[in-house]
Amino acid sequence: MIDNNHVIPQTKIRVENFNLFYGKFQALDKITIDIPSNQITAIIGPSGCGKSTFIRSFNRMNELIPSVHTEGKIILDGKDIFEIDPVELRKQVGMVFQRPNPFPKTIFENIAFGPRAHGIRDHRILEEIVEKSLRQAALWDEVKDTLNKSGLALSGGQQQRLCIARALAVEPEVILMDEPASALDPIATLKIEELIEQLKEKYTIVIVTHNMQQAARASDFTLFFNMAESRAGYLVESGKTTDIFTNPKNELTEQYISGRFG
Amino acid sequence: MIKDISLAKKQTRVIDPAKNLHQRQFKQRIAFALIWLAGIIAITALLFIVGYVVSNGFKVINLEFLTTRPAGGVSGKGGISTTIVTTIYLVLLTITIAAPLGIGTAVFMVEYTTEYAGKKNLVGYLINLIRTSVEILAGVPSIIFGLFGFAVFVSYMKLKFSLLSAGLSGACLVLPLIIRTTEEALLTVPKSYREGSLALGTTKWQMIFGVVLPSALPGIITGIVLSVGRVIAETAVFWVTLGGSYRLPKNLLSSGRTMALHVYMLASETTAFDKALGTSAILIVIIILLNLAINISSKQFSKKFSGK
Repeated sequence: MIDNNHVIPQTKIRVENFNLFYGKFQALDKITIDIPSNQITAIIGPSGCGKSTFIRSFNRMNELIPSVHTEGKIILDGKDIFEIDPVELRKQVGMVFQRPNPFPKTIFENIAFGPRAHGIRDHRILEEIVEKSLRQAALWDEVKDTLNKSGLALSGGQQQRLCIARALAVEPEVILMDEPASALDPIATLKIEELIEQLKEKYTIVIVTHNMQQAARASDFTLFFNMAESRAGYLVESGKTTDIFTNPKNELTEQYISGRFG
Repeated sequence: MIKDISLAKKQTRVIDPAKNLHQRQFKQRIAFALIWLAGIIAITALLFIVGYVVSNGFKVINLEFLTTRPAGGVSGKGGISTTIVTTIYLVLLTITIAAPLGIGTAVFMVEYTTEYAGKKNLVGYLINLIRTSVEILAGVPSIIFGLFGFAVFVSYMKLKFSLLSAGLSGACLVLPLIIRTTEEALLTVPKSYREGSLALGTTKWQMIFGVVLPSALPGIITGIVLSVGRVIAETAVFWVTLGGSYRLPKNLLSSGRTMALHVYMLASETTAFDKALGTSAILIVIIILLNLAINISSKQFSKKFSGK
């Protein structure tokens, strides 16, 4: 028996003094944090505090906006991500978006697209990847007979699981989730949460959520972000989810999780 | 507070909907009648034109008319077989030249230049210049494209009156149309598709080729079919670049005559006005069929991917 409470998880991503600017506007202020390997790390905080911006830094998605520039380091497995080619980085660090965004292709093609882009041509291998990814995303039983139907024909919850399967198909190490359940109904949300719990065995998961119960239920570690008029988004407090929710050290955290602002 | 409420109760209503109801409904009826009238007049005029051309034109249409070559001369003897073939050649040639260029330009402008848009540097100016040029070119009268084609392709490049001169000039004519429809189609592709693709670790080109272009395909096809219609219907450009020989073109450097050009020549240089109408009728039918084809294909396409 391993006592989980005494296992210190390895660091997967180390963030050091990270600042991010949109033009002259500073969005993130000196963030320093270690993201543990094979755990679920939830990021909570009021709207506009830079949660999404923060996780979009991990796969350098912010760089699609021309005015963005960053300072500081983000280190993935000992390597500075700003020295890795973004295309290579995004294969290692997958992402699931707030709104399900399946491509207007068949279910099969939605998942095969990534592996194919990375050079897999053999149809039999692609078939294996599609089945494996759909099984991992707990969607296989629902769609195994309709793989040639459009991904857009699925329900919202199924679409989001399809997007998770799509992300898994390129075998990432980290999966970023930007409020993955905020556009879904409660039952679909619960399914996604169960899924995330299973995925942590193989992947490091960082999830942004607006939903406090979700963070409390579904994560191992929690980062609480906040912002002020005079200060860009900053990290207020971080720790084990149970500690943050039962025994927050910072007054702001306590106020936020008890619903007094945000 | 209490005072205010009692005051409000005492006041008679300022707006009484029943008061001018009759008057408003009367206005509504007049507006309605005028709008109907405008619609009916416009549609009648159009139907009359199409009806006149088709009903008169069909008198001369038969298999022989379609399958014999024009004989020339002032009486306009013969059929229109070679002009049909020439039209098809010219459409294929023009689209082959214009489609890759036009789609490429649109992809360049939408996908590769966002970071430069509005910036005050060389690339920014260049993109602005391209965009403005495309807009201006779309409004330029077609005879000007013809004169340009005549000056550059026919005279300067010594391609003579030929399919190639006409195809190149025709490509210039439809380029703005293809660029604009493709640009619009690309702009309607949601940002989330692009992000979804890039987040999988695809390159930008893989994103464009694998996700963006397929999603924009119905719009792009519509633009190309519209261009096909434009080439079929165009007279001015080809009048000064294609020559007017009614023989079947042997190669790219042969002169030729499209159906629209044939209509023009029959009507202006021969006494066979009925044959001009006959050719026009066939042109109209082709354009109608093309439009039907766009409608059906785009509906099928959206059906397939909306999952309904």
